[in-house]
Amino acid sequence: MSHAYADDGYGSHGYSGDGYPVDPHPRDKRPDARTTPRLTLDWQRADCAATLREHSARFGPLPRHAGGRSDLLDQVEASRLTGRGGAGFPTATKMRAVAARRRSAVVVANGMESEPASEKDKALLARAPHLVLDGISLAAEAVGAAEAHICLPRTRGWLVDAVLAAIGERQQAGIDQISVAVHELPHHYVSSEETSLVHWLNGGEAKPTTTPPRPFERGVGKRPTLIDNVETLAHVALIARFGADWFREAGTREASGTMLTTVTGAVSRPGVYEVAAGTAVGDVLELAGLQAGAEAVLIGGYFGTWHDIAAVDGRPFTAGGLRPVGASPGAGVLFALPAEACGLAEAARIARYLASQGAQQCGPCLFGLPAIADDLGQLAAGRPEGDPLSRMQRRFGVITGRGACHHPDGAVRMAASAVRTFQADAHAHAQRRPCLSAYSGRQHGRQQTAMLPVPRPFAEGDWR
Amino acid sequence: MTMTLQVDPIACTGHGLCADLLPELIELDEWGYPILADSVPPDLVAHARRAVSACPALALRLVRRQHQLVPRHQSSARRARYEGDR
Repeated sequence: MSHAYADDGYGSHGYSGDGYPVDPHPRDKRPDARTTPRLTLDWQRADCAATLREHSARFGPLPRHAGGRSDLLDQVEASRLTGRGGAGFPTATKMRAVAARRRSAVVVANGMESEPASEKDKALLARAPHLVLDGISLAAEAVGAAEAHICLPRTRGWLVDAVLAAIGERQQAGIDQISVAVHELPHHYVSSEETSLVHWLNGGEAKPTTTPPRPFERGVGKRPTLIDNVETLAHVALIARFGADWFREAGTREASGTMLTTVTGAVSRPGVYEVAAGTAVGDVLELAGLQAGAEAVLIGGYFGTWHDIAAVDGRPFTAGGLRPVGASPGAGVLFALPAEACGLAEAARIARYLASQGAQQCGPCLFGLPAIADDLGQLAAGRPEGDPLSRMQRRFGVITGRGACHHPDGAVRMAASAVRTFQADAHAHAQRRPCLSAYSGRQHGRQQTAMLPVPRPFAEGDWR
Repeated sequence: MTMTLQVDPIACTGHGLCADLLPELIELDEWGYPILADSVPPDLVAHARRAVSACPALALRLVRRQHQLVPRHQSSARRARYEGDR
């Protein structure tokens, strides 16, 4: 299935879908916290990037902080904003760690979005690039950075053009004190890891490096480096305008603000949705029109975990809400497994993809992930050699935690959750009885066992 | 002071000499890469040093304790999650 940037795919919380808000320009430029979209405000009004003029009309001008740099840091801390790239680390802590270093800092906006099941960073940059650029500008000021970069995947040239156009507008208007350099990186799965960005910006390959030092200590040009996901920076832009209290009006005590989610699979309206943090998994799925019969969901993307929808339905789509079931929202990804698809086959394809997407640097990942992908593949096909189930269980334990980055850990987590969630299937497959969907798919000549988008692997050596 | 062994997983090419020299603390996985014990007891420190200096890839290290990766006041759960950014 190709995963095109479909213009019908963008819903947003609060719109009924059949019309535009009555008052498109709120009087005080402050989007209502609970009912109105924030980042996605007015996305349905245009099918291209908001111009600087439209952006300023929507949210007001880039605020100047009278209180100096500590003022914004305080606001971000009080907002309890967490990183939206997947790890969910407190943004203020990261910013303060960079600001506390003596050398002048570097800000890097991470728009790589290597997660194939996520579309939100692409959507955000395509519709509201100025929100992200505002965030870069403000974050640079707050941490004392003299240099800023935005990293985008090389495979999305049109997006690079959109961001460059937006930067051009800002230069003409003269609103930024810092100039943002746009970079196009190879689009491997591990290339969005923050150490990969640093390594690439320093002239190396877009592969993770051994830590420490972490980028906040010594990153781009050996300077302390703040690396934030583009959505995180967009939230910073709104917090700087409307304050921490406003930000926290959406969300829960545990998770504040709104978040972008990508919902695909067995839903009638796949796309990017902005929801209040803490919205239940089931409600997010309903927003996209969950189809009848879907029973399982992949939460958090290819590094995520499979679950029965019934078991996570009422759980908040947040780190804290999902921790008890061993899941994490990741970059806000939900994939509902269609009733006719085979979860093991999907998991096997993801595992194969992740195995090919390693940096090929560390032994346990280089050999372990293909081994697990083989095990899962044998199981999915119902053609086991030996006992792939117990072999996998042993390998899960051996591989985890032994790579330079967390690529092997994420792949293992996904595979283990598939075996757990599709347990009945797994045992049947292991006894050479693959599930019905594998047969029906073949009978009808449809590609029913290929639901998730798996990008084509890059040519060998294309890391620079 | 507790000593631990660390392997640089990028540098390690799976020669396996370390497991030969220090089987008490190092075993090899099915692909020949070392799996290390958590800490090095004092009576094995000298042997550990020998294994470190024998590594052809200079991938093995003997260090005092794990480096602090993120600011001290973060919980270990936070610290773990910080590493998983994608």
